[in-house]
Amino acid sequence: MASLISDIEPPTTDLVRRKKRSSVSSAASPSTSAASVSGESHARWRSEKQQRIYSAKLIQALQQVRLNSSAATSSSPTAQKRGKAVREAADRALAVSARGRTLWSRAILANRIKLKFRKQKRPKTPTKIPSMTTVVNSSNRSRTRRVSVLRLNKKNIPDVNRKVRVLGRLVPGCGKQSVPVILEEATDYIQALEMQVRAMNSLVQLLSSYGSAPPPI
Amino acid sequence: MSNRRSRQSSSAPRISDDQMIDLVTKLRQILPEIGQRRRSDKVSASKVLQETCNYIRNLNREVDNLSERLSQLLESVDEDSPEAAVIRSLLM
Repeated sequence: MASLISDIEPPTTDLVRRKKRSSVSSAASPSTSAASVSGESHARWRSEKQQRIYSAKLIQALQQVRLNSSAATSSSPTAQKRGKAVREAADRALAVSARGRTLWSRAILANRIKLKFRKQKRPKTPTKIPSMTTVVNSSNRSRTRRVSVLRLNKKNIPDVNRKVRVLGRLVPGCGKQSVPVILEEATDYIQALEMQVRAMNSLVQLLSSYGSAPPPI
Repeated sequence: MSNRRSRQSSSAPRISDDQMIDLVTKLRQILPEIGQRRRSDKVSASKVLQETCNYIRNLNREVDNLSERLSQLLESVDEDSPEAAVIRSLLM
């Protein structure tokens, strides 16, 4: 078993390191140009350290998802529900990586807890599995059904205002925020999503390369 | 001062044009197409916001696809337990 690990280790860590190196080098040029304006948020989501932190959290969350789904085999029969559970876990890991500094991350974490308590009276871990699938459905439905009847701000340009409201609905937790808050949250949210995409991409590549390779003996 | 106050309340009756331009510029630089191609100020705020909405929707869709693929891969990896243990130990 030890020899197996040592044999496989170089290419995997190489792949992982290559992913991080490529992300850092590709982020080097835009981050330096934007450093004057928003250097802090740019560097935060594109740094190697942040990517490493998020990858570790993501893997932990995914392992939990796998344990839950294997424990109760009949709970997630459809592939769609399993995919949504993975998306939930990834979002949660992303929100935790934000360290509570942004609205959208707090909203993601708060939504999970709120809906979990609403659907199940007793907040016990054995009931987490069915509540997770119901959470997904209700959260999606509530997100799309929410109609904003916001005419609070009287801006100069109503068209821009309308688009900002649409943007506010897209970013979690920013449906009723003011314009500058929405714009700031959107910038952070986009960068976090980009990192999420990068991390999940490399994870998929890693797992698919293992799946296709024959098990060495 | 007004920024702090407007942050706490949900409505911001006064937002300076400079602040708006600043935020929209920041957003524009993040967007893949408009932000990198032309650095002129001819891109309107409305277009930037539209591109932002589209970009966020695209990113969300991509994450959904990736999570679906990941869930399938996790299911398939489950069967080979030694491989799963190896992967777990390596990724951690």
